[in-house]
Amino acid sequence: MKYTARVWCFGNDVDTDAIIPARYLNTADHLELAKHCMEDADPEFPSKVQPGDILVAGKNFGCGSSREHAPICIKAAGVSCVVAQSFARIFYRNAINIGLPILECPEGIEKIQEGSTIEVDIDQGVICDLNTGKTYAATPFPAFMQQIIDQGGLIEYVREKVKPVE
Amino acid sequence: MGKTIAEKILGAHCQQAVSANDIVVADLDYVMGQDGTSPLAIQAFREMKGQKVFDPRRVAMIIDHSAPSPLEGVSALHALMRDFAREQGFNFYDIGEGVCHQLMPEKGNVVCGDLVVGADSHTCSYGALNAFSTGVGSTDLAAAMISGKLWFKVPESFKFVLNGQLPAGVYAKDLILYLIGQVTADGATYMAAEYVGEAVRALSVEGRLTMSNMAIEMGAKAGLMEADEKTLAWVQQHSQREPRPVTSDPDAVYARVEEYEVSNLPPQVAKPHTVDNVAPITEVAGTPIQQAVIGTCTNGRLEDLRIAAQILQDRKINPQVRFIVAPASRRIMLEAIKEGVLQTLIEAGAAVVTPGCGPCVGTHNGVPSDGENVIPTANRNFKGRMGNNKAFIYLASPATVAASALAGEIADPREFIR
Repeated sequence: MKYTARVWCFGNDVDTDAIIPARYLNTADHLELAKHCMEDADPEFPSKVQPGDILVAGKNFGCGSSREHAPICIKAAGVSCVVAQSFARIFYRNAINIGLPILECPEGIEKIQEGSTIEVDIDQGVICDLNTGKTYAATPFPAFMQQIIDQGGLIEYVREKVKPVE
Repeated sequence: MGKTIAEKILGAHCQQAVSANDIVVADLDYVMGQDGTSPLAIQAFREMKGQKVFDPRRVAMIIDHSAPSPLEGVSALHALMRDFAREQGFNFYDIGEGVCHQLMPEKGNVVCGDLVVGADSHTCSYGALNAFSTGVGSTDLAAAMISGKLWFKVPESFKFVLNGQLPAGVYAKDLILYLIGQVTADGATYMAAEYVGEAVRALSVEGRLTMSNMAIEMGAKAGLMEADEKTLAWVQQHSQREPRPVTSDPDAVYARVEEYEVSNLPPQVAKPHTVDNVAPITEVAGTPIQQAVIGTCTNGRLEDLRIAAQILQDRKINPQVRFIVAPASRRIMLEAIKEGVLQTLIEAGAAVVTPGCGPCVGTHNGVPSDGENVIPTANRNFKGRMGNNKAFIYLASPATVAASALAGEIADPREFIR
């Protein structure tokens, strides 16, 4: 899977309260949650983001709470994938489980400028900054996780596993 | 080659010898969700075509984050949880019972050697009881409720050797804040923290729960401790189940080992807006505060309330300060009433709220105003955490919070201890 789109940049340690503050967890409606996506990091973000846009962030993206609302609201806001230097453990697992494509790329992506267009090749683990022509290599997923991603998330994965044998 | 506690507990739950970085599917002893995460888990449970939870005696749901409900939308989510709990017949703790990470150990749901997941990031708390427990999201919770199993990557371990004795006025909270400041917010990402040494052994089980609770604030998957006679006595007092203590082998392999001497540690404060932005009390003393909070899964236990009451006995808080107390459970609240601790706090000027999360997560019970400074005993000071992204949160021990409530500014508790 490849995504080519405009980039929004965020720094290190973007926490789950910045991604979706707990005061908005009064609904399980994904589109309602999306209205407040990244609000405490950038109050304008929910109105600026366009379908397909990509988030680029620094270290420890998604640290804090286990709330799955965090990857859900990013996905529901139309973001196609998230690239970060590193992810916090629970966010990483939740993103895979709900089918939000993410890539961990420890080196170089801090040079990507907001507003640039990048191409993210999830399968190959390669990120290309189309404005500068620079490419960056991402950390590949363990095979077990790749299976969950390929199924489109854990719900589909479990359904597939428990499907009665024909 | 020797094994760590993390490797041994995960290995025992998939009936094979495992080492760090192996990926295993393990049997769970207990599965927990709270009202922030359970509604999505119930949705996922239905979408996965779940019929029954794997074992209703090993599943719990707890309403603590917004308890009682402050909003119609939240009430609907609580109703969904109550219906699901009735249908499935598992352990359900409604409003007023307390905060999940107090209730799980207090109700005897966790013993040494257990493998537990909870849909709350501070599930790592039970490491203090020598259990491997970790936070997961709602979809994982749903899969765990259906199957009683979950996949894990066996973590590497990060050993913290804590030598010396904490001085008077310095507590488990100061120690863990100091460690987080040292290793930073992602310093232990994906690792199991393992706390050892004489300073750890000297702590009460309550103090140990505070340290394990905050392992996630350095990115750790678990915050483990060995079981000693204090752990076993505590577990046997609270649970009918047999503890299965697990120790690390002398030749176990660690990704990182750090040693600290704690005998001269001053009280610590985490400044806005990250938990690793830690400073000694002297650096922040004098900062005016408008709200002080004692409670949460980090520091809402009887020992914490007693420490605060000792400082506040026969004194009145500064009139510029709102002082909120949220006991971590109903049982703790009752004990604090019987001992006169709660009366002391109320006479000093405390507003006592329902046992549960209190104002920590910004859903109710004391949202600060723009530009205000808050000093809670909580575990997170992220921007917006307490419900207002224009407020400033300073994390500290119950003693520092009580002293600051008296002074109207961040104050060194060592000047107030009697």
